[in-house]
Amino acid sequence: MTKPYFVYVTYIRSTPEKVWAALTDPVAVSKYWFNMTVECPFTPGSPWALKYDDGRVADTGEILEADPPRRLVIRWRNEFKPELKAEGYSRCTITIELAEYYPGMGGKAVKLTVEHGLEGEGGKFIEAVSGGWPKVLSNLKSYLESGDVAFKE
Amino acid sequence: MTIDAMDAVFRALADASRRELLDRLRAENGQTLGQLCARLAMTRQAVSKHLALLEEANLVATVKRGREKLHYLNPVPIHDIGERWISKFERSRLQALSELKKNLEGGEA
Repeated sequence: MTKPYFVYVTYIRSTPEKVWAALTDPVAVSKYWFNMTVECPFTPGSPWALKYDDGRVADTGEILEADPPRRLVIRWRNEFKPELKAEGYSRCTITIELAEYYPGMGGKAVKLTVEHGLEGEGGKFIEAVSGGWPKVLSNLKSYLESGDVAFKE
Repeated sequence: MTIDAMDAVFRALADASRRELLDRLRAENGQTLGQLCARLAMTRQAVSKHLALLEEANLVATVKRGREKLHYLNPVPIHDIGERWISKFERSRLQALSELKKNLEGGEA
């Protein structure tokens, strides 16, 4: 097993079921993921695609594991930028757990972990997604906690 | 981000040794406790304590790989703090200012 290139963690005042729904429902995704839409039945082996609001395909891949509301593994490749597509597939593992402790949330928080690494060699794809994930996670957190997001684009 | 969570971040960042650990992880993400200790003039016990505090503040995320525990720099809380005080209209101007400073000083901003 190769080392993931990055691991991001955020704590959200919500339930695992709501976090899972926010990750898999196309309407919810478009609200915190800069109007992107996701097309996927989220069952193991099914194709997965992330599209811009004008229908252009940004990323495609396949669901490797889906265990609602706990674990989602996506094999993921960029389709939009040739230099990113050339690096091939990455693997994104999303884990949803009940947080044992988080300051100020009185034990009522969900720990959301995103691990993302490339299967082969390269650095541009991971650089691109590692710039995007903190904004997406920050938006997802505010979407679930207050219904609004900070970054609209 | 709750006030308590933000307090934990600032407390964690207020120590030079802990900031050094974050710098080490920025240079090379996914290190074990042993790897981090080998390059620092601190006891294993001290490094372990600092890492626990950084993890509690969510500035370090850990992943188990077999028997190893790998440490990753988690920038999400710092991003959340930035978002609190930087408005989205200021973002591009601040980035331009930071680039200018970097170019003029010929090093890292």
